[in-house]
Amino acid sequence: MSALTDPQQGGFRPSMLLSDTRYRSYTFQFIALICLIGVIAFLLGNLFDNLAAQGLNISYDFLGAPSGYDINQRPIPYDSQSTHFRASIVGILNTLIIAVLACITATVIGVIAGVLRLSSNWLVRKIMSVYVEAFRNVPVLIWILIIFSIMTVSLPAPSAFRGDDPDTTMLFNAFALTNRGIYTPIPVMGAGGWIVVATFFASLIGIFALRRYAVRILYDQGRIIPTFWPSVAIFFLPTLLMFFILGRPITLEYPELSGFNFQGGLQIRGSLIALWFALAIYTGAFIAENVRAGIQAISTGQSEAAGALGLRPNRIMNLIILPQALRIIIPPLVSQYLNITKNSSLAIAVGYMDITGTLGGITLNQTGRAIESVLLLMLFYLIISLSISTVMNFYNNSVKLRER
Amino acid sequence: MSDTHAQSVAYVRDTVIPQAPPPALEAGAVKWVRTNLFSGWFNSILTVVTLYLVYLLLSVALPWIVNGVWRASDIRECRELAGASGGGCFAVITDRWEQLIFGFKYPSDQYWRPTFAFVMLFGAIAPVLFSKVFPRQLLVLTALYPFLAFYLIWGGTILIPLVAMAGIAAGYVVYSRLVARSFATGFFGGIVAAVLVWWLGGFVAAEEPRFLALDPVASRDMGGFMLNLILGVVCVSLSLPLGIMLALGRQSHLPVVKGICVVFIEFIRGVPLITLLFVANVVLAYFLPPGSNFDLILRVIIMITLFASAYIAEVVRGGLAALEKGQYEAADSLGLDYAQAMRLIILPQALKISIPGIVNVAVGLFKDTTLVSVISMFDLVGMIRGPILASTDWNGVYWELFGFAALLFFVVCYGISQYSQWLERQLATDHR
Amino acid sequence: MAMIDTDKDTGAGQMKVSDEVAISIENMNKWFGTFHVLRDIDLTVYRGERIVICGPSGSGKSTLIRCINALEEHQAGKITVDGTVLSSDLKNIDKIRSEVGMCFQHFNLFPHLTILENCTLAPIWVRKTPKKKAEETAMHFLNKVKIPEQADKYPGQLSGGQQQRVAIARSLCMQPRIMLFDEPTSALDPEMIKEVLDTMIELAEEGMTMLCVTHEMGFARQVAHRVIFMDQGQIVEQNKPEEFFMNPKSDRTKLFLSQILGH
Repeated sequence: MSALTDPQQGGFRPSMLLSDTRYRSYTFQFIALICLIGVIAFLLGNLFDNLAAQGLNISYDFLGAPSGYDINQRPIPYDSQSTHFRASIVGILNTLIIAVLACITATVIGVIAGVLRLSSNWLVRKIMSVYVEAFRNVPVLIWILIIFSIMTVSLPAPSAFRGDDPDTTMLFNAFALTNRGIYTPIPVMGAGGWIVVATFFASLIGIFALRRYAVRILYDQGRIIPTFWPSVAIFFLPTLLMFFILGRPITLEYPELSGFNFQGGLQIRGSLIALWFALAIYTGAFIAENVRAGIQAISTGQSEAAGALGLRPNRIMNLIILPQALRIIIPPLVSQYLNITKNSSLAIAVGYMDITGTLGGITLNQTGRAIESVLLLMLFYLIISLSISTVMNFYNNSVKLRER
Repeated sequence: MSDTHAQSVAYVRDTVIPQAPPPALEAGAVKWVRTNLFSGWFNSILTVVTLYLVYLLLSVALPWIVNGVWRASDIRECRELAGASGGGCFAVITDRWEQLIFGFKYPSDQYWRPTFAFVMLFGAIAPVLFSKVFPRQLLVLTALYPFLAFYLIWGGTILIPLVAMAGIAAGYVVYSRLVARSFATGFFGGIVAAVLVWWLGGFVAAEEPRFLALDPVASRDMGGFMLNLILGVVCVSLSLPLGIMLALGRQSHLPVVKGICVVFIEFIRGVPLITLLFVANVVLAYFLPPGSNFDLILRVIIMITLFASAYIAEVVRGGLAALEKGQYEAADSLGLDYAQAMRLIILPQALKISIPGIVNVAVGLFKDTTLVSVISMFDLVGMIRGPILASTDWNGVYWELFGFAALLFFVVCYGISQYSQWLERQLATDHR
Repeated sequence: MAMIDTDKDTGAGQMKVSDEVAISIENMNKWFGTFHVLRDIDLTVYRGERIVICGPSGSGKSTLIRCINALEEHQAGKITVDGTVLSSDLKNIDKIRSEVGMCFQHFNLFPHLTILENCTLAPIWVRKTPKKKAEETAMHFLNKVKIPEQADKYPGQLSGGQQQRVAIARSLCMQPRIMLFDEPTSALDPEMIKEVLDTMIELAEEGMTMLCVTHEMGFARQVAHRVIFMDQGQIVEQNKPEEFFMNPKSDRTKLFLSQILGH
C-alpha cells in the first residue's frame, strides 16, 4: 500500500481501522484470518474429541504392516505379504497406466471426431454430432458399467475355446476375447532387442532433423526439398534393417489355451478395458468439441489472408491455422487429461485396483484408518493436478500472444 | 488516375436493374446429395463406410427395440417370450419402474408426493429459465418451491418449512430495510432476524409435530432417479451463492482472503469427487461435533455442494475477468462502495456472461450424482447394480437397465445443454 | 518551469473565474512500479475555470486527472479538492468522488441498465435521493444533453456520441461541482465528435469547473481559460489558449503542435 503524505491527519484513531484505506484492508484480512482459524479450530477440536471418545489416534504405521490382500494387476512384484505401502504404490502405477492409455486414446478419438465434425460430408458430420452428444450427456459411470458388462457378460468364457470344435476361435490365432479379459501376444526381447528399439527412436530423431534441415534449406537457399517420402523411409527402413541384421531379436509370445484358462501372452483384464475405453470415448467427445471450437475460432479471415498471400491450402493449415488453433486447443485438452486422471478413480466401481481401489478401498476397510487413507489419497491426486497445472501455466505463458 | 480519363468515363445510372433469379443449376435434391455426400472420391468412401456402419448398428438395435418384451414377471419368462426374435427384455423396466424412480424404501402409497414435487419443479424453474416470457412476479413460485418440495418429499409437519420460510422472509425484509444504509448492516441484520425467527419458530414446530403433517420419510429411504434429481437440484442451488462468494474472494486484492479462496478452490478441483464422497462417508463425521447426527445424504450434499462451488467459482471468475476495467472505474467514480458496485454493476453483468458455463457445471454435477452409488447409496445406478441385478428375477438384464439409465440422463442433460445453447444465442443478440 | 500568471478574467471571455480554489495539487508524484509517471505536479484550478490538458500519449495526462478522482493513488504530494484533502480516509474519498464527476474515453456506461437507470443509480444509492426525485433530475439532464427520448433504451442501442452524452448526463445527475473529462471524444467517429463537444461547450457556458484531457484544439481555443501541455510526466507549458497556440515557448510544445495541427 502506498503512503499518502497527509500531515494534518495526525495520530491514529480506532475508527480509522474501518474508514482509512491504509488500515481497512488489514482489518478485513485480520477478520478473515480469525474466522479461518476459528473454523479450523472447531473442526480439529471435534476431531480430537471424537477420536478420544472412540479411543483412536492418527497414525501412519499401518502403511508398514502386511496388506494381506491380493491385487490382480501388478506392474511391480507384489503379494499379500507386501506392505500396505507397496499396495498403494501398485495402485498408483495402475492409476498412471489407465490414465496414460485413456489420454492417448481419447486424444486420437477426439481429434478425429472433432475434425470430422467439420467435414463437408453431411452424413459424417451428423454421425459425429450424435456421438458427441450421446457421450457427453450420459454419466461416465454408466458407460464404464456398460462396457464392463460387454466384457464380462457378452464375451465367452475361456472354456469355449476348447475342444476340436470350439464355440469360438482366436482372432488371427493371436487374440482371445474372453470374459476374463483379452489375451494378446506380448513382445519378448532377445539379445539385441533393445538395439532395434533404440534404432527406432533414433530414426524418429532423424525425421525431426530432416524437417529442420528442409526449413533451413528453404530459408538459406529458397529451395523446397521433399520431406514426406524420405520421412516415411526413415521411419521404417533403419528399424527393419536392424531387425533382420540382428537376426530377429524381438519375438512374440502368443497366448495359449491350457486347461481352463489361457497361459502366456498379455492378459488385459475386462475392468481395465472397460475403464480405458469408457474414459477414452467419453472424454474423446469433450476433446472433439474442443478441437472443433479451436479450429472454428481461427477466423475465416486468417485463411483468406493466407490465401491472398498465395499460400496453398496444406501450407495454410500447417503454417497459419494449426499453430493458432493449437494455442486454443491445448489448455482445455490438458484439463481433459486431468479429468481423465480424476475420473479413473471410478475404477473402484468395476474392481480395477488403482490407488482408489487399494488405498481408498481395501486398505481403508481392513485397517479402519479412514482419515489417514483418504488424506493420502487426496494428496496423491492433488500432487498430480498441481504439477500438471504448473506445467500448463508455463506453456500458457510461453505461447501468450505478444500484445500491448 | 488521371483527370482526363476519369472524365472520359463519366457515367450516371438512371435505370435500376431488376432482381433476377439465379441461374438454374441441377435439381435441388440431386445437387444436395452430390455436394454433401459424394463430392470427391474420399467423401464418397466416407459416406459408404458410414452408411454400412449405421446399417450394422441398426440391424442389431432395431430388432432389440421393436421386438422388445414389455410385460413379464421375471427374466426367464421374458426370454421365452422374446424367443429368437432378438427382442430386449424391457419388462424389467415396467416391473421395477417404481424402484428405479423412487428407490426401494420410499413408502409406495406416498409416491404421489415426490411426483407432485417433480411436476412443480418445472413451474418453479420456468420463470428463472425463461425470464423474458414469464412475468417477474412468478419468481415468487421459485422462492416458495424449496419449502414446498421439502414438505412434500420429506413430510413431517408443515410448520418446519413454514418457520424456515418465515425466517428467510424476515431476514429479507430486515435486509432490504437496512441495505440502503450499508450492505454490512443489512446483511448481518438480516441474518440476526432470520436466526431469531428460526429460534422462536423452533419451539412452535416442536410443540405441534402433527400439525398438517405428512408421513415423515427418512433421508436414507430416498433412492432411484429421485435421489439423483434431489442431489442435483439441491447441490447446484446451494453451490451458486457459495461459488459466487469464492469467485469474489479470489478476485479480491486482500492477500489473505484471496489466499484462502485460491487454496480452497484449487484443492477441491484437484481431487476427484469420489474422494470427497469418501470424506462424506467415513471421515466427515469425525469433524462434526460429538453427538451430532448428520445422516449420510446430508453429508453427501455438503461435500457435493463444496465440490460444485469450486467449479462455479472458476466460471464466475471468468465472467468477472471478462468485464472491462472501465465498469469498475465508472462505479468508483460515481462514489459507489464495494458492496454496491458488486451488487448493482459487476455481478449482474458477470453472472449473465457466466450462465452457459454455470449450466455446464450443473450438467456435469448432475451426471456426477451417479457416483454416490459407489458409497452404497441407492440412486438410479445403485438400484440397478444392487437390488435389481442382484435379484433372482432379473439377474442378467444388463443392456435394458443401463440403456434405460443412459436414456434418462441423456434426456435431462441434453435438454439442459440445448437450453444453454439457446440462451447463449439469446445473449449474443441481446442489447449489451 | 515556465509559470505564466493566468489573467483569470480573459480566457474564453464569457464568464468570470472566481478566486476560490477548486482543486489544488502541490508537488504531486506518482510511480507505476518503478516508472515515474507524474513528476512534481503543481496545479491550481479556480472555481469556474476551464482547463484543457494536452500532450503526447504516455505523458501522464490521463493519470493526472484520474488521481484527482482517487481512481489512481498518488504516492507523494497533496491534492485538495474543494477544501477536502485527498487522503487515505474513505470518507474524504467518498466526499471528493461525489463532488467530482468524470467522463471516460470509452463512456463506461452500465450495459445492463437502461439509460434512465444509468443516470439514477448513483443518486439513489449514494446520495439516497428518493427514486422519483432522482428520475426527475435524470430526465432534466437527459433533456439538457438532448436525448430524453432514449431514456428507456439500453446503452448498446445508442450511437457512440449519444452514449458519451449519456455519460455526461450520468455524471451531472450527481450534481458535481467539478467535471473531469478523460479524452471524451477520442473513441468517437468524426461526425459524432461535434455533438459531444457542443454538450461540453454548453456545460462550460454555465460556469462548470472543467478539467479536460483532449486533443480537440478547436475546443481548447473556444472554451479553455488555460491550456496545459504535459510531456514525460511533467507540466511543460501552460498558457492562455491564444498565446499557447500562436506563440508556444518550449521546443517540445512546438513539435507537438506541429504534429497535431500539421495536416
